[in-house]
Amino acid sequence: MSTVAATGSPRIAVDKLGVLIALIAAVAALMPFAAFRANRIVVGISKGIFEALPLWEAVLVALALVAAILVALLRTPRLWRLFASLAMLAVLFVAIGHSASFLTPEGDRLARVSPGAGFWLAVFAFALLAADSFTRLKLAPWLRIVTLLLVAGAIALLLWSGAWNDLSILREYANRAEAFWREGQTHIALALGSLAAATVVGIPLGVVCHRVDGLRAVVLNVLNALQTIPSIALFGLLIAPLAWVAANVPGASAIGISGIGAAPAMVALFAYSLLPVVANTVVGLEGVPPAATDAARGMGMTNWQRLAKVEFPLAFPVILTGIRIVLVQNIGLATIAALIGGGGFGVFVFQGVGQTAMDLVLLGAVPTVALAFAAAVILDAIVEMVSTGARPA
Amino acid sequence: MKIGLIVRLVVLVLLVAFVVSPASFEWAFLPLTKNNQPAIYTQNTLLSLTLSHLTFVAIATVASTLVAVGLAIVVTRPFGAEFLPLSRSLANIGQTFPPVAVLALCVPILGFGAGPTLVALFLYGLLPIFENALTGLTTLPPSVNEAARGVGMTGRQRLLGVELPLATPVILAGIRLSVVISVATATIGSTVAASTLGEVIIAGLLSNNVAFVLQGGLVVGVMAVLIYDALSALERVLMARTGQRR
Amino acid sequence: MIEIDALTKDYLDLTVVDHVSMRIDDGDIAVIVGTSGSGKTTLLRMINRLIEPTSGSVKIDGKDTRSVPAHLLRREIGYAIQGHGLFPHRTVGQNIATVPVLMGWEKPRIAARVEELLELFQLPADQFRDRLPSELSGGQQQRVGVARALAAEPKLLLMDEPFGALDPIIRAKAQADLVGIQKRFGTTIVLVTHDMEEAIHLGTRIAVMDQGKLLQYATPAEIVVKPATDFVGELLGSGDRAFRLLGLRRIGDFVEPGEASGAPVSAEQTLRDGLEEALWSGRAVLPVVDGAGKPVGRLTLATLQRLGARPQ
Repeated sequence: MSTVAATGSPRIAVDKLGVLIALIAAVAALMPFAAFRANRIVVGISKGIFEALPLWEAVLVALALVAAILVALLRTPRLWRLFASLAMLAVLFVAIGHSASFLTPEGDRLARVSPGAGFWLAVFAFALLAADSFTRLKLAPWLRIVTLLLVAGAIALLLWSGAWNDLSILREYANRAEAFWREGQTHIALALGSLAAATVVGIPLGVVCHRVDGLRAVVLNVLNALQTIPSIALFGLLIAPLAWVAANVPGASAIGISGIGAAPAMVALFAYSLLPVVANTVVGLEGVPPAATDAARGMGMTNWQRLAKVEFPLAFPVILTGIRIVLVQNIGLATIAALIGGGGFGVFVFQGVGQTAMDLVLLGAVPTVALAFAAAVILDAIVEMVSTGARPA
Repeated sequence: MKIGLIVRLVVLVLLVAFVVSPASFEWAFLPLTKNNQPAIYTQNTLLSLTLSHLTFVAIATVASTLVAVGLAIVVTRPFGAEFLPLSRSLANIGQTFPPVAVLALCVPILGFGAGPTLVALFLYGLLPIFENALTGLTTLPPSVNEAARGVGMTGRQRLLGVELPLATPVILAGIRLSVVISVATATIGSTVAASTLGEVIIAGLLSNNVAFVLQGGLVVGVMAVLIYDALSALERVLMARTGQRR
Repeated sequence: MIEIDALTKDYLDLTVVDHVSMRIDDGDIAVIVGTSGSGKTTLLRMINRLIEPTSGSVKIDGKDTRSVPAHLLRREIGYAIQGHGLFPHRTVGQNIATVPVLMGWEKPRIAARVEELLELFQLPADQFRDRLPSELSGGQQQRVGVARALAAEPKLLLMDEPFGALDPIIRAKAQADLVGIQKRFGTTIVLVTHDMEEAIHLGTRIAVMDQGKLLQYATPAEIVVKPATDFVGELLGSGDRAFRLLGLRRIGDFVEPGEASGAPVSAEQTLRDGLEEALWSGRAVLPVVDGAGKPVGRLTLATLQRLGARPQ
């Protein structure tokens, strides 16, 4: 609509969101771009953009910022806005890496340079613009996945090129590269493994709940109650029974079951995952139009055929939505597993909190958020792809 | 219904009794301990932890309700309509941030203790309320909206007289979700030194004392279930009051 | 009196209402008929400015509707829609009182008006005033919807497919109620429908619309006898033109002196009813009585035959 409005009035039109973004970006420009610390735990020294970068680079960044703010402020075509926001984010990302190299004295392995509030605020402002242009462009689902891959590729390229190597979060990574990938694998294994188990158990359970009236309320209530147990408590409570199983069931410890570590984490995540899967299966099956099941009955389908050929395909998008909820939730919750020795990115978060080393916290939190975000984008796109034509949303 | 009410009352009484005087329940937790571990957490009284836990949840929920409902109202008015698609996708993206990450990321700005916990609870509580408020305000029956305009109500009269009252049960459902999430998430606040019931659980995890983990978890879980129940009941009353049916 | 002058509504490149002009006199029931997408609802909604016209004007009693703020204009005009649009969270009484409250009437006056309307629509106040809309049947909800539209004693009532959601028996009753109320208050009514039968039954004037244009605006008899275009003829259907024509006239106006045997028909019934009775009972002559049951003359099949023929 905005382009139509713009052609309708010849005078310059201002975009409301653009005003907000311009304000945030202007505040960001006045705040410190980076923070320098002589070592990991001392208080940082704030550096404005002209202190944090060589003069010509700072001027370039400032000019880019003004240009991007103008694109945001005026009613410009959506594609322009998208490209402007992505370009500005790229400029910011490259600049913060340069700033780290610029501020770190040659050969100093102790000094830490981390992004300042100004950097984060500017990133927030243009991420906002990017998100808005994306939403308004209404891209096809597969295009969204492609875009996600492109952005991921660009970030990987930045990491690989070493442009960020002097940033504090990568200093932390460099000290723990091996542990990082190990915990990353554990994290993903925890999230996906519990999801797989919940899907295998939850969907049939949902079907049974749909068919057997008495069972539905009982199962859903129990699963609901389970969700209210705080995650750290559930993780903890599973330690004792699993330790008992490991000690008393032959072969249990041989396949990796033990009181502490990944096993209780896996079981707890599985327990949390059941409710969304079962509930969405029930809701999806209940949402099948009665006319469709009636017609299926009328054509002489057996119970089983009706489920497989009519009900399940129609309910599938809703069930998939449940799986999306579970995956995003599990990627977040798996962080807690670290508290009971279950591993995952939470290890760095809690270590960082313990040592008041925020770079370490970021090393754990950033990949977690990135994983959850990517999972949400991909599964949302898939849900949309399977829903088209199946039913009006 | 009557039996359900009695069960809930009994559970509530037990919860209060346990929180006020945990020592009287020591016998129940003793079998879970090993090597003469204490069965009841005494570093801080359960009562004070529970109260501070609930205070965190209450403050955060009130704040997120005000902000979320306010935002939802703004983006559903004509002058804020431009922000509607963005706010929807932001709410969607926001939900992908795990609470632990939100909590941990707040520490550098706010330091340890109450600050980051409140902010994390507030931010995390925003989303369900905002989403439900949006749903409530945008899915009124079209004929009702049409009639409200047709009888000559101003925008303000429609909002206060028709849209908000009809959306209240849906908003309340969002608040209910938000409170339950907050009650559980507040426990994680103890990892950044906020004084909540998570303290008991973490103490149990660190000293390998199942009794601590259980009593902390039980109090939090039972509180969450009771609050969830009470708000569900209130929601049903409101649905009936506003002549709507699910 | 409502004067609609060259009223037009464009959406981007699409013209949904195209230079429509018509005049509706006080006390008329003007029915706008058309298929879906004909622009009939848009035309109606431009009268109370739920939709702002692109060009053209609407004058009510000589005053341009744009001279008052839209919401104040709407309070002066009754508005009833399909699916009634009752506020589910307000009681029947509160729903009916909506506009009087908006207009700041005093409480006793509002209460009296609510009571009056409820009685008028055969919904005893003590039984219905404090119920919620969801506790009423479809027909009752529809009546409350109309009562709400009439609450502030508007001189003009707009109705958008008001009987669309009702089953045939309740619909006939609701239509009869509407005619009775219109007589009682003298309200001018503009009603939108896609049902030509309903239009002929209710309207004193009928406006036929297609693709945004007003094709014909005339009395029901004229529409039946002289459809302006083929499309109007199609809307009428060719199967029962004669019956439609007879259905528009009162037996009382065509009585001749004399007597006849058998069960009488009432002077208030239509010629269509008379024909039906004559054919069904196999009589060529029917006795006619007035409202009080007193014989006033007779009706012959020959008269019916003459009146049902296409006018020359």
